[in-house]
Amino acid sequence: MQREQLEMLKRLQALEFTAVDFHLYLDTHPTDQRALADYANTVREMEQVKAAYTRNYGPLLPTDNLGEPCWRWIEEPWPWEIEY
Amino acid sequence: MWIYEKKLQYPAKVGKTDLRMAKYLITQYGGPDGELSAALRYLNQRYSMPTNVTKAICNDIGTEEMAHLEIIATLVYKLTKDATAEEMRKADLGGHYADHDNALYYVDATGNPWTATYIQAKGDPAADLHEDMAAEEKARATYQWLIDLTDDPDLKDTLNFLRVREIVHFQRFGEALMLVQEYQNSKHIF
Repeated sequence: MQREQLEMLKRLQALEFTAVDFHLYLDTHPTDQRALADYANTVREMEQVKAAYTRNYGPLLPTDNLGEPCWRWIEEPWPWEIEY
Repeated sequence: MWIYEKKLQYPAKVGKTDLRMAKYLITQYGGPDGELSAALRYLNQRYSMPTNVTKAICNDIGTEEMAHLEIIATLVYKLTKDATAEEMRKADLGGHYADHDNALYYVDATGNPWTATYIQAKGDPAADLHEDMAAEEKARATYQWLIDLTDDPDLKDTLNFLRVREIVHFQRFGEALMLVQEYQNSKHIF
C-alpha cells in the first residue's frame, strides 16, 4: 500500500475511533449537549475523509462500489494483509 | 444486523514474526478473557437487559469487541506468517500445526478450545453487568501480561490500545450498572 493511502487510512481510523468513543459515552450520557456536538463534528469530518478515501482507493463498504467498472470489493489487500 | 467495513479499528502492526508470542496472544482470540468471550457475552446479554442504556451498552460494546477480535486475529496472522512446520515445532506449536497448519483457531495460550462455559447470562441485569465489569478487568490484566511478555514496540503499541479500551468499557458498564440500579429502586423491583 502506498504511503499516501496508508496515511489517509490511518486518519480515517483515528476519526472513526473518536466517533466510537463518543458513541459509547453518549450511551450512558444521552443528554450531554457538548458530547452530542463533538460527536456530530467528528462524524461530519469522518464522512468527508471516507468519501475521499473510497473515491481514490475503492470501497470500504460493498455499497461504495457504485460507478466502478467491476466488483472492486474483492480486491486485495484485506484488512489483515495491510503492512502499516 | 451488522455491516462489514473493510478496515481495522486500529492499525495492527508487528515488528517481526514471533511464534512464541503468537502462542501467548492467541488467548485473547479464544481464551477465557479474550475478545470472542467478550463479544458473545455482551451481545447475548442484551436480550435480557431492561433499559435503553443497558441494551445499548451491551449492543455497542459487544460490537466493538468484534472489531478487537479482528485486531487480535491480524496480529496472530502477522506473527505466524510463512512459519514452517519446523519453526512451529520449535516454538511449541507442533500440536497446533498438526491440527490446524498455520490457520487460526479459537484456543487459549495452552491450546484449550473456546467454550461457552467461559461466559454467563444470568438474566439479572446487576449480576450480568458485574460479570461484564470483571471481564473487562481480567482482559485489561491479560493485555498487561502480554505487553510484559514481548519486547516488540509495535506489538506493545497495539496491545496498549486494546488494554486502554478495557478501562473505558469498564467505566461505561459501571455507569450502566448505577443507572439500572436507580431504575430498579424507583420501580421497587428486587
